[in-house]
Amino acid sequence: MQPEFIIFLFLALATVAGAGAVALSRNIFWSAMGLLSALVGVGGLYVLLSADFIAVTQVLVYIGGVLVLIIFAVMLTNQIKDINVSNSSIGLVGGCAVFLVVATLLSFIAIWAPWKLTDRAPVVDTTVAIGNGLLGVWLLPFEIASVVLLATLIGAIVIARKEVKAD
Amino acid sequence: MAHLTLNHFLVIGALLFGFGVLAVVTRRNAIAVLMGIELILNAANLNLVAFGRYVAGGISGQVFGLFVIVLAAAEAAVGLAIILTIYQMLRNIDASDATTLKQ
Repeated sequence: MQPEFIIFLFLALATVAGAGAVALSRNIFWSAMGLLSALVGVGGLYVLLSADFIAVTQVLVYIGGVLVLIIFAVMLTNQIKDINVSNSSIGLVGGCAVFLVVATLLSFIAIWAPWKLTDRAPVVDTTVAIGNGLLGVWLLPFEIASVVLLATLIGAIVIARKEVKAD
Repeated sequence: MAHLTLNHFLVIGALLFGFGVLAVVTRRNAIAVLMGIELILNAANLNLVAFGRYVAGGISGQVFGLFVIVLAAAEAAVGLAIILTIYQMLRNIDASDATTLKQ
């Protein structure tokens, strides 16, 4: 076995186990920890796909930003004593049926579809290539993304602030 | 078998997507639903980068994934702000209790 395949197996285990914890754990904080494991695993898989810039972005944005936000929200909205109360799951049997159908169908398609594989070597210096692309071919989506981020910033502040009565 | 191919990454993406859908369908805690959405977005992103590496070549898949990450961060920020507002209004974040837009 190649070493990279063994690394892939470890990362896949961390990813799938973490995702399973997110979906099945009764404790919302353990769900957040499962999300951490899943995000780290996906970041490692990006490295195996020779997408190093995306892997670093995943760590910075997801683990450093989104996950911290989620844990903040968990701490702000759950009392420690009733951390399980609003977390009961409904329809677990139906949910598992949905999971089996979706995962089996997608895996079947992934394995049996005749993908037209390329023989181009992966880009080695992805940061330079992505930087040039963002200011060249993909300039318009890049600018739109920055406007969306600004709108999100203002929107999140407006939604989450305490309302001040005028009188 | 002991050789990494596109199929390995696609199967992992399928499992992530399935668990994300499972979380969205079965959980009542709104934060857990949001975590399921993050899993779904990660699964799609993994597929995009894998297709970019094995099918398309070049960096187009990675740039697409970058934009997905940006939009996922924006979605999480607004979603959690809404959840905090719902908590201040209703004192819980049960997704099936949030049936009104304004108090």
